[in-house]
Amino acid sequence: MSNLTKTEIKKERRSFLNTILKTGLVAWVASVIYPVARFLVPPKTAELNVNNIDLGLVAEFPKNSSKIVRFGRKPIIVIRKESGDFKALEATCTHLDCNVQFKKETEQIWCACHNGLYDIEGKNISGPPPKPLAQFKVDIAREKIIVSKMDLS
Amino acid sequence: MSIYEWMNERIDLDSVKKFALKKRVPIFYGSVWYYLGGVSLFLFMVQVFTGILLILYYQPGAETAYESVKFIISRVEFGWLIREVHSWSANLFILFAFFHMFTVFFAKAYRKPREMTWVTGMILLMLSLGFGFSGYLLPWNELAYFATKVGSDIAGAVPVIGDFALRLLRAGDEVSGATLTRFYGIHTALLPGMFTVVLGIHLILVQVQGMSVPPEIEKIPEEKRKSIPFFPDFALQDAMAWLIVLNLIALLAVFFPWDLGPKADPLASAPAGIKPEWYFMFMFQTLKYIPAHVLFIEGELFGIMLFSIGGLIWFLVPFLDKKANDGIRTPFWTWFGILLIIYMIVLTAWGYLT
Repeated sequence: MSNLTKTEIKKERRSFLNTILKTGLVAWVASVIYPVARFLVPPKTAELNVNNIDLGLVAEFPKNSSKIVRFGRKPIIVIRKESGDFKALEATCTHLDCNVQFKKETEQIWCACHNGLYDIEGKNISGPPPKPLAQFKVDIAREKIIVSKMDLS
Repeated sequence: MSIYEWMNERIDLDSVKKFALKKRVPIFYGSVWYYLGGVSLFLFMVQVFTGILLILYYQPGAETAYESVKFIISRVEFGWLIREVHSWSANLFILFAFFHMFTVFFAKAYRKPREMTWVTGMILLMLSLGFGFSGYLLPWNELAYFATKVGSDIAGAVPVIGDFALRLLRAGDEVSGATLTRFYGIHTALLPGMFTVVLGIHLILVQVQGMSVPPEIEKIPEEKRKSIPFFPDFALQDAMAWLIVLNLIALLAVFFPWDLGPKADPLASAPAGIKPEWYFMFMFQTLKYIPAHVLFIEGELFGIMLFSIGGLIWFLVPFLDKKANDGIRTPFWTWFGILLIIYMIVLTAWGYLT
């Protein structure tokens, strides 16, 4: 027999029960919160694996104009310069994700949301954008405009 | 036996009545400020009422939201009125909540023992801004689409939890129909529930602690201060103020309707002259003029830090301005408030004029 008095034994029992209760409570709360938290996060949708898109005939794309099209899930802006050359860039501003627009008069790319400005090569030249716009490759094959991802090599 | 007596036998209505009749409202140069909280409460009730009506016709979803709002304003009888009242009342609600907050600030009503009233009020303000942000997307028009893109992208720039927060808000990587459904749920279920609970606490605190008076008035001996009973004197004045505001909303709704604009198009450029709601304008304008990089921090992140720190200080004012507890006005806090107002007004005006 140990030297513990009856009250001491009671106290030990109580603190033991308290620990069990608290652990149980925490476990219970966690088992409610965890599935709810997981539920709130949308499932990852598979990346639409697009390698290139066909924009139709060169002749049908006027000079000094632009078009925003979907490349996979992301919008990209395709510009035909005055010289007739093509340029394709991501269409969402690197600042806060607004869709940019092509300014014909100055051959620049402008974002109306916070007045961000890029040159025709997609380089950020004034305003808040922190990075240049990502580049896409434009090829002309049999009079057709084909936009594809840049080779990273 | 009257219904009152019947109930009184069971739940002691007499004590409630006694409490209500005992309630008095101090009369001094700033008594008019006491209307501001009440008017905000009234506008919130208008929002709940018109919001429930709009739910009866509104259909969330990228293919239906814009069309159903168009249906409401063009086909449903008085649909235009209900929507206009909802939009105008929302804007006035934010405006009056700001007035209410600043008068409370300058009257130092947040000082002991009313710290919790201030903190619950700040939570209500944040929930209100959440209401504004989530409700703005629901018509699924062009402005709403880009405002939501920008707003959620800002959340995405927060370090560590940014990506998670962005996907949580957008219900995916992009602003889409899924975002709309989520915002609808937030706007019509989550926020109203939370708001009602916090508002209840806010109002109970006001009842239990009574009206606050500025430190200068508090120094006057109690028997020399003027006051009027809440029932019926002040309650009637309150009712009058509510009626005036309701008329104002009706006038605004009829003569200054909100434009729905074109439908959201993920492949359109953000239109020139795009602007957020006026109460986000000062933040929008700040973001516009923060350069791409401040020292080694990205400008966007710098802006977020600026507003988070400012907001946190404002939230914790009752615990930072300790001298207010002794009825002392410190020039620092007075100037903090004044400069904040000047900053908000100047940047908002600048945003609209340029």
